[in-house]
Amino acid sequence: MDELLLHPTTAGGKLLLMIIAIALFALVMALVLILADRPRRRPRWVTAAVFLFPALALVAFGLIYPALVTIRNSFFDQTSDDFVGLKNFGFILRDPEFLTTLRNTVAWVVLVPLLSTVIGLVYAVLVDRAKVEKFAKTLIFLPMAISMVGASIIWKFVYDNRVGALSRAYVTVAGWFGSEDAQAPYWLIDAPWNTFFLMVVMIWIQAGFAMTVLSASIKAIPDDIIEAARLDGVTGIKMFRHVTVPMIRPSLVVVLTTVAMTALKAFDIVRTMQGRLYHASVVANDFYTWSFNNNDKGVGAALAVLLFVIVVPVIAYNVRQLKLTEDIR
Amino acid sequence: MKRSLGRVVVAAGMGLVLAGAVAACGTDDKEAGGGGDSATTADCSAYEQYGDLSGKSVTVYTTFVDTEGASYEESFKPFAACTGLTVKYEGSKSLTADVLGRIEAGAVADIVAFPQPGLLQQAVATGKVLPVPAAVAQNVDQYWTASWRNYGSVGGTLYAAPLGASVKSLVWYSPSAFTQYGYEVPQTWDDLLTLTADIAADGQAKPWCAGIADGDATGWVATDWVEDMVLRSAGPQAYDQWVNHEIRFNDPKIVDSLKEMSKILRNDSYVNAGIGDIVSIAATPWTDAGTPILDGQCFLHRQASFYGGNFAAENADVGENGDIWAFYLPSSDPSSKPILGAGDFVAAFADRPEVVAFQTFLSSPEWANEKAKVTDGGWTTANNGLVKSNLKSAVDQLAYGLLADPSAEFRFDGSDLMPAVVGSDAFWKQMTAYFAEVKPEQDVADAIEAAWPKD
Amino acid sequence: MTAARIAGPAKNNQPAKTKPGDGSREDGIVQNGGPRQRLGRRAARARRVLTSSAASTIAICVGVLWSVPTFGLLVTSFRGSVQDIRTTGWWEALKPSNWGGFSLDHYGTVLSGTGTANLADYFVNSIVMTLPAVVIPIFLALLAAYAFAWIPFRGSNILFVGIFALQVVPIQVAMVPLLTQYVNLGLNSSFWVLWLSHAMFGLPLAIFLLHNFMKEIPRSLVEAARVDGAGHVTTFFRIILPLMVPAIASFAIFQFLWVWNDLLVALAFGGNTPDLAPITARLSDMAGSLGSRWHLLAAGAFVSTIVPMGVFLALQRYFVRGLLAGSVKG
Repeated sequence: MDELLLHPTTAGGKLLLMIIAIALFALVMALVLILADRPRRRPRWVTAAVFLFPALALVAFGLIYPALVTIRNSFFDQTSDDFVGLKNFGFILRDPEFLTTLRNTVAWVVLVPLLSTVIGLVYAVLVDRAKVEKFAKTLIFLPMAISMVGASIIWKFVYDNRVGALSRAYVTVAGWFGSEDAQAPYWLIDAPWNTFFLMVVMIWIQAGFAMTVLSASIKAIPDDIIEAARLDGVTGIKMFRHVTVPMIRPSLVVVLTTVAMTALKAFDIVRTMQGRLYHASVVANDFYTWSFNNNDKGVGAALAVLLFVIVVPVIAYNVRQLKLTEDIR
Repeated sequence: MKRSLGRVVVAAGMGLVLAGAVAACGTDDKEAGGGGDSATTADCSAYEQYGDLSGKSVTVYTTFVDTEGASYEESFKPFAACTGLTVKYEGSKSLTADVLGRIEAGAVADIVAFPQPGLLQQAVATGKVLPVPAAVAQNVDQYWTASWRNYGSVGGTLYAAPLGASVKSLVWYSPSAFTQYGYEVPQTWDDLLTLTADIAADGQAKPWCAGIADGDATGWVATDWVEDMVLRSAGPQAYDQWVNHEIRFNDPKIVDSLKEMSKILRNDSYVNAGIGDIVSIAATPWTDAGTPILDGQCFLHRQASFYGGNFAAENADVGENGDIWAFYLPSSDPSSKPILGAGDFVAAFADRPEVVAFQTFLSSPEWANEKAKVTDGGWTTANNGLVKSNLKSAVDQLAYGLLADPSAEFRFDGSDLMPAVVGSDAFWKQMTAYFAEVKPEQDVADAIEAAWPKD
Repeated sequence: MTAARIAGPAKNNQPAKTKPGDGSREDGIVQNGGPRQRLGRRAARARRVLTSSAASTIAICVGVLWSVPTFGLLVTSFRGSVQDIRTTGWWEALKPSNWGGFSLDHYGTVLSGTGTANLADYFVNSIVMTLPAVVIPIFLALLAAYAFAWIPFRGSNILFVGIFALQVVPIQVAMVPLLTQYVNLGLNSSFWVLWLSHAMFGLPLAIFLLHNFMKEIPRSLVEAARVDGAGHVTTFFRIILPLMVPAIASFAIFQFLWVWNDLLVALAFGGNTPDLAPITARLSDMAGSLGSRWHLLAAGAFVSTIVPMGVFLALQRYFVRGLLAGSVKG
């Protein structure tokens, strides 16, 4: 039984376990839903509970509970044994580098979603119904499919001083302007521009996400509306501004929010691509360093709590949008 | 709808069949490759003392992956074959980030190889690490020096036996290039500076190449440089005080050592061959930094004994008369011979008889020799029961010779002994700034001192 | 109806959607296909062809710019000499005089693996880890999103905002608390905890994204079904699920990618053993601690990307206009 259900070692065993798991999941869900549907007149909240419970239970176990533990730990010492009040937060705020880190984080959370979404949206509109649509979308999507390890090597071959494409382009362009022995800058070292070059990697990845979601949303705009607008003589930019964008507004909010959250949490680009310092750190990177490198749970947790705080404006924006769409409906 | 759903099912089914087929082929290969095991014919007499452990299993967790990891697994085979023990090996590069969490969650392996004494200390602080069994302590006393025993101890109790070791005080050079241009291996630090100046004056190439980039571990290469300089410029006694924070990080002795190091690494006419200027040291991956020697783009590269593996990967002939070889980084005073090195330490989280037996085996000369025989290069140990000729690589033999040299004063990599917030954070960061921003030595030392935990 | 069918694919037959802003609500399916409308449509189509060729050109240019970095890596993965990779730009390899330097060696090395590790084992692990980790959160998120969108209950909005805000929780903070619970349950180092963990971490975004699409389904459709006496479960399966196919496809792609490319969760809860570790763990190991192996990483990155790319191409065809209408009919 242990071999079959917990620790299969052969490929066949693993695939069998996978099928068992999916079948089991389907069975459980079917049972629950049948029960929920049985007597027709059942209080609405019971039905809501049945629909919500599985998701809420998993989220509570996997995210809410750890988040609460983190908030608690942020007020405790490095081994989470003794209460230290706000000491961890004081420690972070006193760090002379922290203001730079905060500035970088804000830049990430604002610029990455904006640029990714704009690029993704414009691209989705441009290729919509074009002959080469699938191929063109695949080009933008490709970076999403390449793992982080892959992405960091790809950009090494862009930013590297000797063998990087960007460095070569810089030298070539400098040559046109008469600078014979121009040296490309250290893209990832010279602060504060290195933060921008790191963000480019994130935008390169996330534009594919924005494009995919927004494209699905654009396709859901009823043809009648487009046709009606066309008959009214609306085309091109006007169509984009007055029909497409308002129609997919909820999706735009979703994409902006999601990319902002991803950008806020992202530390692997900063970490693997530029190593240490050069004033390009972000809060998530500091969080990782303190939690898993310096093994100071208190400071690490306090930095995670700061992440939660930074996201408050994003949440507020979403609540506003949610209210707006509710009103429309 | 039905049609597309059907297609999805068919596609998924095909995927499964394909995966199954691939896996089936894979399994066949493995069985074919697993045959012809040398252990089945090996002499089991050395393992009789461990008794019969069939049906038992031990889990091992290390940082060694890929070919390195495979050589560890290979080295366990004779023991497993003779005693019947099953060794479940897990190598992971994220061990340093994951191990304390695993200990806390109760999901840690029976035996863990800690890559740094500092991390071992933190693990011991959780109270879950067991002191070594008597047989292991006996092996450690017999085969290692007292200082190595000390690195595996916390508060006087021995928690971990040393496993592998490396020597860091080495300068790689090309013997053929030295012969061609008439350079000689320097015997003192001043000789080395003179040699450097001569090479620069000859103008064939920049004398030194260096690189400290290593993803999120960027900076460790530079800390090794600093430690070697402190050992040479301030001396082993000051080094010990510095590591234990008995003198401050910005003590004039340390700042002077940094300045001594700047004579080479921050002189634009000495670095950084074929790669760029001083700043390029911060951007160059350490793995790429030494190989320009092979192309004649630089002459000298200071890096540990395990770097031999990198040269071997370039198909270079590593040896005293080969393409590439290393000399001991000389000290200012030829009568003192400080050696900087590092190593890993094995601790146990369980005391089942099979765990004790395996732990004892790992601290024995039998294992060390077995490991040497199955490793192509890049590994050595301070276990004096190792037969030097079992090491396959010439540079590993050189390193082992240095570790065993009674006239040498061995010192452990200081950044591995300092608190993590300094040793693998502030020290790394500031050394990166030392190159990337050409930050003054005093400022570098001040900033690291400021990060030292206050208690 | 007949005219529309002859004139073109089902996509002309769309249910009307509420226009944002006007507050009015239209019911049912719009009958279209009058002769004047058809003429207008033809003219529009002609204009579209003209604009689309200009648009395509721009799109291709952007697409090419976007692909240059990846293309560089692709070229690198075929460059035989490790020393060339390190010292010269990848574009040098494209010069006809250097064509002899191309080789498949790095792919050979990556595919054959080293030591006891066999790439096929890891490949199977990735598949076994990924499929349930995609199916489970999507289904649970669909249920939850349905509840948020179509079952009015007190506190629904607050709960919804709370869940989407959970996206900000870094997975790393969950590592130790979750692992502790898994050990208590005796489930650690099994596929079960990998599936569970991926489901948990994927849910907030899944609910957020699917809820957004769910809300766009015309209220009239759902209400019509409810009036006919269908319960929520029936409505969910009969009306909502078919309409959600494009949204499910788009989220499935992303969840698939995240799980397939994940290394963190697999190492933290499963461990780096051939019994459990995914292909990403193998590739990351191959980068090794010795030697710089850009060449292997380059080849490895493409090997591991083949599957997600296939999934993207396969699911992309569900992003088609008109699916909504087609399914309402059928």
